[in-house]
This record gives sequence, C-alpha cells and structure tokens, in this order.
Amino acid sequence: MAVTTRDPQRTTAPSVRIDGVSKAYGTGDGALLALDKVSLSVAPKEFVCILGASGCGKSTLLSVVAGLDRPTLGTVDVGGARVGLMFQEPALFPWLTAAGNVELALRTRGVPKAERRRRAAELLEAVHLGDFGRKRPHELSGGMRQRVAIARALAQDSDVLLMDEPFGALDAMTRDLLHDELERICSERALTVLFVTHNVREAVRLGDRVVLLSSRPGRVVEEFPVLLDRPRRIDSGDVATLAGQITDRLREEVGRHGS
Amino acid sequence: MDRDIANIVGSVVPGSPPSAVTNVLDRQIAGLDALEMAARSRPGPLRRIWASAWPVLAAIAIAIGVWEIVVLSGWKPTYVLPGPAQVFPQLGKDLSEPAFWSGLGLTMRRAVIGFALAIVVGAAIGAVVSRVRFLRVAFGSLITGLQTMPSIAWFPLAILLFQLSESAIMFVIVLGAAPSIANGLIAGVDYTPPILLRAGKILGLRGFALYRHLILPASLPAFVTGLKQGWAFAWRSLMAGELLVIIGHHSSLGVRLEYARENIDAPDMIAIMIVILVIGIVIDRLFSAADRALRARRGLDPS
Ligand SMILES: Nc1ncnc2c1ncn2[C@@H]1O[C@H](COP(=O)(O)OP(=O)(O)OP(=O)(O)O)[C@@H](O)[C@H]1O
Ligand SMILES: [Mg+2]
Repeated sequence: MAVTTRDPQRTTAPSVRIDGVSKAYGTGDGALLALDKVSLSVAPKEFVCILGASGCGKSTLLSVVAGLDRPTLGTVDVGGARVGLMFQEPALFPWLTAAGNVELALRTRGVPKAERRRRAAELLEAVHLGDFGRKRPHELSGGMRQRVAIARALAQDSDVLLMDEPFGALDAMTRDLLHDELERICSERALTVLFVTHNVREAVRLGDRVVLLSSRPGRVVEEFPVLLDRPRRIDSGDVATLAGQITDRLREEVGRHGS
Repeated sequence: MDRDIANIVGSVVPGSPPSAVTNVLDRQIAGLDALEMAARSRPGPLRRIWASAWPVLAAIAIAIGVWEIVVLSGWKPTYVLPGPAQVFPQLGKDLSEPAFWSGLGLTMRRAVIGFALAIVVGAAIGAVVSRVRFLRVAFGSLITGLQTMPSIAWFPLAILLFQLSESAIMFVIVLGAAPSIANGLIAGVDYTPPILLRAGKILGLRGFALYRHLILPASLPAFVTGLKQGWAFAWRSLMAGELLVIIGHHSSLGVRLEYARENIDAPDMIAIMIVILVIGIVIDRLFSAADRALRARRGLDPS
C-alpha cells in the first residue's frame, strides 16, 4: 500500500498515542485535575496544534508526553521514538553561550566535536542568530533566547517534537519567518509535531489539525482538520475564516466558565 | 503593534519573488535584533576604580582618626595603646625585615595548605551528602551546626590528638572551614533551578554527564560563596592556632604577635594585627570579585 505524506490521516500506526490520560496535582480535597481523560493520536509527520485557554493543561500534557511527568491515569505511547521538548520558557543554561547550549544538545547525542561546531552554527543560522553564537543567554532579548531554544530543540534531532508556545515572545515579523522555517524543517526531517499556542491563526497557519482543549479540567472538546493547501500565509482569507470559526468555539468554551 | 509590523513587511516588496521577500525580512530581523542588543554604556576603568576605592579610603581615614582621638584623650598610656604615629613607622620597619617576611611566608603556607585540605574535605562531604538522601537527612543540619562551633574550642582536642604540631593547626583549620564549603556545595545542588533539571533530562543528561554539564556549573556560584565563608573561618582558626600552638622557633605571624605582647611592644603588636587584618580582607575581596564575575557572566547581577 502506497502511503503518501500529503494526507497524514491515512498513514498506519500513530507516532504518538495519548490514551485516556488524566493528571491530577496534589491529592485529596486540594487536588487539582489538570487533565481529564485526554485521548489524542498523532500520525507520523503530522503537525498538530493544541489550543486552549491559559491554565487548561497544555504544558502539563506536553510534559506527560515527554515523559517528564507521569500521568495519574492513562498511557502515552510514542513507540520508542525520540521525543524533544521545547519549554514555554527558554530554559537555556546561563553559563553556556548560545552556541554552547546548542552544542550540548548535540554532544549528548554523541556528535563529534568539530561536527558539533558546524551543526550548531547552522542551526543558529536557521533561527537567524548566526552572529550571536558567542553571546550568553542573559545578553540576548527574550525573543532571541526563545530562538536559541528552538535551535537547541532541533539539535536533539528527535522524531517527535513538542513545542510549548515557542513563538509567544516574538514580534510578528520574526514569527512569520520562523513559521516558514519550521514548516521547511519539519517536512525535511519528517518530524511529528505537537505544537501548543494561544494564537488561533498561528495554529491554522501551521497545523494539519487543530485540537481544542477545554479548561478545568482539560479535555479535548473538538478537533478541526485544516485542509488548506501549503504554503499558507497567516494573513490569508482562508486562514482567517477557519480561525474565526475556531475562535468562536473557543469563546463558547471559555464562556461556559463565566456563567 | 503586530498589525503595524505586518503592514510594513507587506508593503516592502509587493509582488516580488518570495526569496527577495525573505532576504528583506532577514535584514529586517537583523535590524530588530541589533536594536535589541543596543550596547549599554559603561563608565571608564579609572572612574570605576575611583568609585569603588574612595569609600574604602574614607573608611580607613575615619578609623585612623577615631583611633588617634582615643589615644589623644589619654584613656590609656601610650605604651599600652600607641597611636598611628608610632604604629605605622613600626609597620614600615617590620616590612623591611627579612625575618618578618619568612614568618609571613610560614603563615601563608599553612593557610594555603589548610584551606586546600578544607576544600578537598568539604567538597567531598558536600558531594556525598547532597547525593545521598539518607545522609542528607542525617548530616545536613549537623554540618550547619558545626559552623557555629568556635574554632578555638577545637584546640584542646587537637593538641591532645596531635600534640603541639602542624597537624593540630591543620586539623582545626579543616574543621573550621570544611562545613561552610560543604554547605555551599549542598546549597548549590539544592537550588539548581528545576526547569534546568527538566531541560537536562530532555537533553538526555544522565549520571556523570548530568553532574558535569548541569549540576556542577549550576552550583558554582553557591560553591564560591561557601569558599569565601570557609576562608574567613580558616583564617580565624589559623590565627588562633598560631597563638596557642607554638612550635619551636618558627616565628609565624601569630608567634610574632604573641612575642610582641610578652615584650609589651604595643606598636609592633598593633602593626602585626594590621597585617593580619589586611591579608584577611584582601583575600575576602578576591573571593568576592570572583563571585561577582561569575554571577555577572550569567546575568545574575542585578545592576
Ligand atoms: N507542578 C504543579 N503543581 C500544582 N499544580 C500545577 C502544577 N503545574 C501546573 N499546575 C496547574 O495545572 C493547571 C494546568 O497548568 P498548565 O501549565 O499545564 O497550563 P497551560 O495550559 O500550559 O497554561 P498556559 O497557557 O498559561 O501556559 C493549572 O491550573 C496549574 O495551576
Ligand atoms: Mg503552558
């Protein structure tokens, strides 16, 4: 059977299978149910965007998938794939330079030294920080740090990449450019991506599918396949139309809490 | 704001091929980044040295002034409490004597060896205790408690164990300084930011690599703070030791101080006290400078 990459829904085994995952923080009366029976399958090479109000458990979901936190109930199966995670904050090592941070990610994979140098420079170039490799994180702006974190996440050369609001701190111009870059890298490396964002248009611009999470507890309320042709532009009419629909649904969901 | 930038971008090259757009965007991003990186202006080196030196100089001047006033008030006879005018010439004379320098050399040799031993012992204890949860519970507060023990109270035991020997002095220096050094390392390991530990886990750092690339560098500033505190304890212990444990005719700083007292040579006594104080302060300043440099490199400096 010929499986084309154009339509990820038709590929065989899922790359990430999240099955009835619940996550509670604390125990007893004070416990907070951050995730409630979330089930989600992500096909190989699929780009899934997760949308939801603040505090609905998006970061929690990613750390469970990355294996940093154990789910209270349910299972996560990544089929032995290497999972990379880009945190909501840059989480760079402050004693290393930008290039040093990227090189460390290469080093733990056993990339030889000379090769590390070259690859780190390339990755920083890809996030448009070629000239800033020797700067330390505190010497960079918030958006630049975030880009170094992207380079570091890519350096891990994982099969599954989890990204937690990676472009939140960037200005619109840089963000648009990095959308193109991310799209290119993902198709080049056949990455499977779970991408958390607050920005509905960004989700539609990038995703093969947009998943809406509800708040307290976090549940999957609706999924929107994005069938628009690529390359897409974030300011195109089609993106705006679908984003509008999703925003309406999101408002409804948030409104449920207001009343 | 976002909308504005998007408009600017959209209006740059309408209808031109995408690669040209990308290049323009590239340049604009570089421009934005350059703006964000605008250099902060710093005052020149001479100004900075002067800015940090004058309060110190003023403090020294005030201290000497107060000292002179107390002497002039006739509170004690000058053979007991001499003024600066007697002490500083004596200090000059001491500094020109080879015997003084060999005594100072002996003292500094003990300080360096004792402190080095304390670092080895303190770091080893800190490393083990911070790693093993059981030891942590058992010994964590004991180590802090040891810091409150006045070092001079160890000497009776040290002299029983090692007689009047170098070893007795070393024993007390290590006991005085090692707890602070161990504590510094433990605190550093404890306060490794959890987000960095999570990042390390994602990067695949485990076992020795985790220590080498994450935990040790993260705890370095706290370790240096521990070293600084340890040095203060080591220097105090050493001086107490040199006053109590007098070995043969080696005239270390402490021994010279004791002889000056026995001979009622007050100017010499105070001159040696000044030397002891200055050495303590200078080395403390060195640790502070190292600490500041380390923190500044990581952007931990509030200024
Ligand atoms: N370690 C923790 N201990 C206790 N509660 C936590 C912990 N981490 C998260 N929570 C709670 O779980 C809920 C979900 O948090 P999470 O960080 O996953 O939200 P989020 O969707 O990523 O929010 P945001 O969009 O603001 O980043 C929140 O109510 C939060 O207070
Ligand atoms: Mg979050």
